[in-house]
Amino acid sequence: MSRFRVCIVDYEVGNLRSVHNAISRLGYDARVSDSADEVRRADALVLPGVGAFEPAMRQLSASGLIGPIEARLSRGTPLLGICVGMQLLATDSEENGLHRGLGWIPGHVRRLRPPSGLGVPHVGWNDVRVLLPGSPLFARTGDGTHFYFDHTYHFECGVEHAAATCDYGVTVTAAVQRERLMGVQFHPEKSQAAGLRLLRGFFVAAGAPGPGPC
Amino acid sequence: MLAKRIIPCLDVRDGRVVKGVKFVGIRDAGDPVDCARRYDEEGADEVTFLDITASVEGRGAMLDVVARTADVLSVPLTVGGGVRDAADIDALLKAGADKVSINSSAVRDPELVARASGAWGAQAIVVAIDAKRGERGWQVFVHGGRTPTGRDVLEWVEEVTALGAGEVLLTSMDRDGTGEGYDLELLRRVTEVTSVPVVASGGVGTLEHLADGLEIADAALAASIFHHGVYSVGEAKRFLAARGIEVRPA
Repeated sequence: MSRFRVCIVDYEVGNLRSVHNAISRLGYDARVSDSADEVRRADALVLPGVGAFEPAMRQLSASGLIGPIEARLSRGTPLLGICVGMQLLATDSEENGLHRGLGWIPGHVRRLRPPSGLGVPHVGWNDVRVLLPGSPLFARTGDGTHFYFDHTYHFECGVEHAAATCDYGVTVTAAVQRERLMGVQFHPEKSQAAGLRLLRGFFVAAGAPGPGPC
Repeated sequence: MLAKRIIPCLDVRDGRVVKGVKFVGIRDAGDPVDCARRYDEEGADEVTFLDITASVEGRGAMLDVVARTADVLSVPLTVGGGVRDAADIDALLKAGADKVSINSSAVRDPELVARASGAWGAQAIVVAIDAKRGERGWQVFVHGGRTPTGRDVLEWVEEVTALGAGEVLLTSMDRDGTGEGYDLELLRRVTEVTSVPVVASGGVGTLEHLADGLEIADAALAASIFHHGVYSVGEAKRFLAARGIEVRPA
């Protein structure tokens, strides 16, 4: 049997090496690619992203990969968005003007407005509260696990799609989920063993083999 | 709740760790990759490299070190020291650094902070400030602390915050290397004038000092207390937790 194949969508936003390393460490066949063919052949998709929303969305559009990704999603292939990759799933973002997102999970990306005394960006390790107990993302990490965050904006979505939150004076959306479409605001690839366990949970639910150290 | 961060810092010259790092059971204490991995295993929340290389050839070695470190590290990596311009920032981020810290080049060209923050996001840009006490407040020094700038630290912090710095790495030159503890007054004043996270640096000699700093700052950078094996990151975190400071369990 061929190895479980993961396509890390490369649309020229940031360094994808650590995401690739983390998924490879789990034993999966992870490929960083900007090819529609690779998207079509993947068992699961990962949409990374750093920096600002608008250039990320513009470059994803220019990559020509949105159509192929949508086609995979409609056939049930799971997708995990990371950081700005998660924010792109939203209806729109208010970062540097109002910009339209993919609109795959309804909601708006808005600036964090914590009470005074708490800085922005929200940088560091915060413990998450899991709202969707059945979410595969947290099946192996549980409630109260710390993950590494570094962001200024966050995804405000309906409670039905908020998989986890964390507390930063205000409630911050830490993870979203709409069926097999998922996203995390934090960086699992920078979150040590907890991050690997989260990724393992996502891929196992996507049909990947489960055994291993995580 | 957001945990306070412990960030070990390694000085690197020509691709090798300089300050006498003494780890038990480490293959090569001079190899920044091995040292960074060790800190990762101990439960460090991030790792910082400060490149003190003077030569251009040595800078190439740093990019290689960053790339190899990023391959083994499972926490964020910040790299600073000698970053001159946007091209240097780009090269370090491409090599695998998560954040780049800029110091003298930000003073020379403050717009660099804005351009870099716009291009790569505030989360990737740290402004490092070397502060020395004077008769009235603190003054910004550059070039590894050799050159006074005449700039007031608090005003400079306000300025870089407005320009889009994602974090401020604040080193007290008066305390650096003394082991007498952070300059708490400096920390307090700086955190009052900025909305971005402040990383405290310079002067840690005991776990008590770490705790004092973290009651004010968001993160603590420390070198010698970890390098010499006096305390592990895990021990530091247990001490802080007992003091009631929120940390991520190691």
